[in-house]
Amino acid sequence: MSYQRRASPLHAARAAAGMAYCVSLGIAALVLSAPLMLGAVVVAIVVAGVAAGVGRAIRRAAVLGLVLGLLVMVINALVTRDGLTVIWRFGQLPVLGQVDVTLEATVYGAVLGLRALALILCGALYTAAVDPDQVLRLFRRVSFHSALTATLATRMVPILIRDSRRLADAQRCRPGPPATRAALMRATTAGVFDRALDVAAALEVRGYGAARRPPKTRAAWSRHDLAFLGAAVAVLGLAIAARVAGLAPFAAYPALHAPIPAGETLSACAIVLVALLPFADRRGIER
Amino acid sequence: MTVLELDRVSYRYPRATGPALDDVTLDVGAGELVVLAGASGSGKSTLLRVASGLVPHFHGGEFTGRAAVAGLDTREHGPGELAHAVGTLFQDPESQVVMGTVRAELAFPLENRGESPGTVARGVEEAALSLGIAHLLDRPTESLSGGELQRAALGAALAGRPALIVLDEPTSQLDPVAGDELIGSLRRLNEDHDAAIVIAEHRLERCLGLADRVIALDRGRIAFDGAPGEFLEWAVARAPALATPGARLLDGVGLKPAPGVKAARSALRAAGRLPDVDEHQSHPRRPEADAALRFDRVWHELRDGPVILRSVSLKITPGERVAVMGRNGAGKSTLLRHAAGLMDPTRGRVIRAGRIALLLQNPNDYLIHERVADEAPAAALHAVGLDALGDRHPRDLSGGERQRLALAVVLGDPAEERPAAICLDEPTRGMDRERKRELAELLRSLPAAVVVATHDPEFAAAFADRAVLLADGAPIADAPVGEVLATGTYFATETARILGGAGRALTPEQGVAVLTRTEVLA
Repeated sequence: MSYQRRASPLHAARAAAGMAYCVSLGIAALVLSAPLMLGAVVVAIVVAGVAAGVGRAIRRAAVLGLVLGLLVMVINALVTRDGLTVIWRFGQLPVLGQVDVTLEATVYGAVLGLRALALILCGALYTAAVDPDQVLRLFRRVSFHSALTATLATRMVPILIRDSRRLADAQRCRPGPPATRAALMRATTAGVFDRALDVAAALEVRGYGAARRPPKTRAAWSRHDLAFLGAAVAVLGLAIAARVAGLAPFAAYPALHAPIPAGETLSACAIVLVALLPFADRRGIER
Repeated sequence: MTVLELDRVSYRYPRATGPALDDVTLDVGAGELVVLAGASGSGKSTLLRVASGLVPHFHGGEFTGRAAVAGLDTREHGPGELAHAVGTLFQDPESQVVMGTVRAELAFPLENRGESPGTVARGVEEAALSLGIAHLLDRPTESLSGGELQRAALGAALAGRPALIVLDEPTSQLDPVAGDELIGSLRRLNEDHDAAIVIAEHRLERCLGLADRVIALDRGRIAFDGAPGEFLEWAVARAPALATPGARLLDGVGLKPAPGVKAARSALRAAGRLPDVDEHQSHPRRPEADAALRFDRVWHELRDGPVILRSVSLKITPGERVAVMGRNGAGKSTLLRHAAGLMDPTRGRVIRAGRIALLLQNPNDYLIHERVADEAPAAALHAVGLDALGDRHPRDLSGGERQRLALAVVLGDPAEERPAAICLDEPTRGMDRERKRELAELLRSLPAAVVVATHDPEFAAAFADRAVLLADGAPIADAPVGEVLATGTYFATETARILGGAGRALTPEQGVAVLTRTEVLA
């Protein structure tokens, strides 16, 4: 919802390339499990976000991701019984029973949290740097009416957020006791229906009802399209290769086993480098 | 060639007691610019929705007669198919822009038609260039101002060059500058592309000078159909609520009404009645009194964003009637929100002598109960003249009645705490002249200071004693309403523009008095 066209190589790339780039980083976060490799993916996304001029969106997502990651770590440490190295004995707790926190469960929880952070950051980068209208246009050829329904739904979200803020402001202006929740719910629902009708009428007069499947677009591939598609393939390739070749071995249970061989360090550096390389070319980025 | 043809069309909305259109027959030819006039509820919007096919396909109801757009019968062709021939623009820009960027918005109707990418790109460029919005193409639609959104929506209506463009009060949410620009763009499109335009508008003075023809509706029937000059003569004699201030001014001094400021001034000049402009400006001292509301060097600076208010210092005394004017984005709404405490200044302070009642732009946001009587105390309903409608559902009220009900809600129970000041943000959007006159009278009768943010100089002249003009977050004029609105170009009433500010006359009645006095002196 926070997409805004900026002068950056990622914004200059077509939506398909930008989407592939973000998806490849997300898949890398799912495929890899070694903390160093996951850290490399997080670093790549954060630096990419800053280089794309969407650092603020990434920062907001990072705060959310860190909180969520911390939560995942704590929950995993409290509920997992695996691991040999006990670092804290809580004793008998209601509901949870006997709770012994192990180093292995804590580290594994932290790795899961890191993965969640990487995925949230991926989502933020995608939302802030890939044009949603272009993405919907891509899917219109596959499922035309579903894509338009998605258009309507995405358009309604900011409108309804603004409407709810207005309604909240209006309620603050009412003197006397605040309105009941039921009354507010009724008013909000009526407002949503009114809005939906207005937007539906607008869609009708723009020809939505008689819309045809759009013809295939053949736009020339720009340097940025090629660079980000190439980076997507390379990141994906490196992540899968590291996983298959066992370059980044990591096992949490029963005892922590996380050696950092030279191959893992090199792979981590390569992922960051390959992911950021497309940002070096800043020609033709402004529209 | 006829682009819109209605033959004995009658239409009744579902569950409505009476017809919205009643036996309407009319033709609109290619290249005509037609203004639809009429009070709220007279059938203007319904007629436009017939042309776009929304009536009856979208709204349902009972439809009789025949309507055709560019030869397509609207009973056989729905709005989607008619979109090739007719571009539609509604009143509220926010709910008719459906895509994320202006470029995607302009491309949307063309893509729906299955046009090739080249044709879509060209259509987008041409629509953007013709409206002067090429610089906005890659802006997200949610970052646009009201005026920019309205232009983007108009661009989407124009993309593909429809033979007919129908517009429902397109300027009602725009400031005078943006409104005039939009009307100018329409005239250019009409002249350059031969597109027929049908525009429903309450502020007739804004577009009559450019119109080829005016159709007036009354309770769903055509009451007048003719040239703008003839319409004004008819309106002055038969429907005074539709007569423009300029027409009333000329009629008041015995001259034939003429559409537009230039024609009215020419008529006065030809009759030797155009007075000299009095350059003397008086600045009467405001009476010293305690403030009902005071802004003391108030700043509002957005984090990582622009400055919205710049060191605003204003003192509103009890009983004062103040109009706050300025372009969209000048800071009017933010100022009122600070007054009511919905926002806090980043620097400076707001001092209130008591509770500040604030009525925001959309009265529906205040109405949450099933009965009018449950919304506000009886005394407040009485103050706004709604005590007889206590058992009605708020959503069944007319637009003007809902506005008054929302005002009653914020006024609260006078027995408990009477507000020190009452602030209203753009209360006249979409109101016809008669409803505005009633609202101005009501505001003048309220026992508190009244501050109204408005784009409407005629309304400001009708209710205010003082006008504050904001630009870029700071007051650039703060004087009696006669001085501010008589000397401006955009923020001036039609009477003041015709008379060039002579005698500080703002309303037709004041203008007639100035012209009569001038004649006696001569």
